[in-house]
Amino acid sequence: MTTDLLHQAAPAARHRNGAALGVGLLVLIGVLAVVCVMSITLGTRGIGLGSIIDAFRDRDDSVDATVIREMRVPRTLIGLSAGIALGLAGALLQGLTRNPLADPGIMGVNTGASAFIVSSIAILGTQAMTTYIWFGFIGAAVSVVLVYGVASFGREGATPVKLALAGAAISAGFYAITTGVVMTNIDALNQMRAWQVGSLAGRYWPELQYSAPFIVVGAILALTLGRALNGLALGDDMATALGQRIVLTRSVVFVAVILLAGAATAACGPIAFVGLVIPHVARALCGPDYRWILPYTLVLSPIILLLADIAGRLVLKPGELQVGVVLGVLGAPAFIALVRNRSLAKL
Amino acid sequence: MSLTETIETASPFTGRRARRRRETTVTLVLLTLTAALFIATMMIGSYWLKPWEVVASLLGIADDPSIDFIVRDLRLPLAAAGLAVGLALGTAGIVFQKLLANPLASPDFVGISQGAGVAAVVSIVLLNLGAIAVSFAALGGALVTGGLIYALAWRGGITGYRFILIGIGVSEFCVALTGYVLARAELFDAREAMTWLVGSIGQTGALQLRILLGALILLLPVAVMLGRWLSALELGDDTAYALGVRVEVARVSLLAVAIVLVALATAAAGPVSFVALISGPIAIRIVRTGGPVLLPSALIGASLVLGADLIGSHLLPVSLPTGVITGAVGAPYLIWLLATVNREGRGG
Repeated sequence: MTTDLLHQAAPAARHRNGAALGVGLLVLIGVLAVVCVMSITLGTRGIGLGSIIDAFRDRDDSVDATVIREMRVPRTLIGLSAGIALGLAGALLQGLTRNPLADPGIMGVNTGASAFIVSSIAILGTQAMTTYIWFGFIGAAVSVVLVYGVASFGREGATPVKLALAGAAISAGFYAITTGVVMTNIDALNQMRAWQVGSLAGRYWPELQYSAPFIVVGAILALTLGRALNGLALGDDMATALGQRIVLTRSVVFVAVILLAGAATAACGPIAFVGLVIPHVARALCGPDYRWILPYTLVLSPIILLLADIAGRLVLKPGELQVGVVLGVLGAPAFIALVRNRSLAKL
Repeated sequence: MSLTETIETASPFTGRRARRRRETTVTLVLLTLTAALFIATMMIGSYWLKPWEVVASLLGIADDPSIDFIVRDLRLPLAAAGLAVGLALGTAGIVFQKLLANPLASPDFVGISQGAGVAAVVSIVLLNLGAIAVSFAALGGALVTGGLIYALAWRGGITGYRFILIGIGVSEFCVALTGYVLARAELFDAREAMTWLVGSIGQTGALQLRILLGALILLLPVAVMLGRWLSALELGDDTAYALGVRVEVARVSLLAVAIVLVALATAAAGPVSFVALISGPIAIRIVRTGGPVLLPSALIGASLVLGADLIGSHLLPVSLPTGVITGAVGAPYLIWLLATVNREGRGG
């Protein structure tokens, strides 16, 4: 009797669940659109909704139009893409390593990028932001490749624990290089501390041009990985038994992470909170299924990042607070509240 | 103990005696290494001493006052700081990692160091306090964040998972504040704050050292004794309970000991990075029997800090703080261990 009921109830529940999650996702996309418009209109200089359309239709040279075209729109787009990239990269790595502490930072993305940027400043002298984006990107890629390389030594390949440890170790090495350079070169320290607090300020079309293509490709790749991550979540043996090719999956995840986190970090500096925390928020909302976690993360991350950026612009008018700072100061308590109040879906 | 045996089924050392022998040997070797580095720290400098001169002076049987001065007044404080900080970090690191069942959950990842860091940076940059005041601020910061994480993670008990997540949140909060203060600071202040944040045993004051040493003498034996509960807790709460461990008491006391040790070490030397993170995994991989690793981990921590300081202040053309070297030395070693242990077919 009871088993019959269970059999009948299960598919229905799952169906309703799926529908609810779908609606939730649509609502969040709507919220994201509103946040994007807010990000364009709110700031030191308030701008009316109408001028957004005017700015692109008439190509007039009024101050409002220029601010919108040259500053607010690229900044919003960079925030959007960086949010998507960091959130997805975090979700991918947490799924891959089955470790709640995993984020792009653990794989050495930030420290690798910092080490390369600082070294380039020390060796080649001060440069424009657009030059050292490339160093940041190379650094991020090098460290992820190193981490994966080190972790996949030996018979059973890159297990989650080895990945996490190798990541922390490589990260330690790069961190040592960075601090070593910074301690001996005050010029590098000065540039470093500006880059170290992730920010969307002063990032315009060029930065977007360099980073966006990588992020688009990475995001598409990431969204196809939901089923594979669900398999990995069951453990390597189970995933293999279910016919998954673990090494292939891991490699694809890593390519996606390099593209996403490398590009975002190079463009905006290390923005920590998003990659680590938003996947947990998504998990709390929609349970352990990565086919839902990934799209939820994709939509939630830019919402949070842009909101934090807007808040940072408004609190200290006419100055501004970097988005990394706002995320930590406002986001962390919110996250803690969420962790306390929900029964969490473990990894 | 039967407990350790259950964990060790996968171990290559099948006989109990073989395991014991290995554990004792490893501990003795590490003890010797730490002692050697401790003495080496007092030998090397602008005036080189011979090892027996150092030992004689330490034991108070040397009759040369100038050597006594060099050893006891100039170099002993540094060597003792390295030893104490390393022992404290190595112990606290492995306790956190085992207790929270996560190799990354060392105090420098779950918010304790960040709490100390934000308090220190604020007191350096905004309040312009002196070294002792900065130390006490850092101590307060670490203890407050530790207590805060514990209190926030408490919901009729502590689970490792919730503790880690709350720790992440608190850590992010502190990092954001630190970054903000650093970015707004005058370049000179920022440099001073950065120097503190990198961590160096050279900045340990006499008072801080004395407090840390006192705490170690009290807490290290306690930690080693409580360490037996760790292996039971690793089997899960229910099993540990069935084995007669009072789970919540064990967890609270272990966490408290570890938090106090980290807080004092950080207050003394700044957050010397990665010692707490790396010592534990290195110890586990060296001991390899699955047996108790608390003492080995503490000794590895001490060797790492002392060795890093030797390299940082004597081997390199520019003198670099300990915290820069610990990462540079510890990281490759951990990587090498990960690689070689795996070649024998025993992973992770």
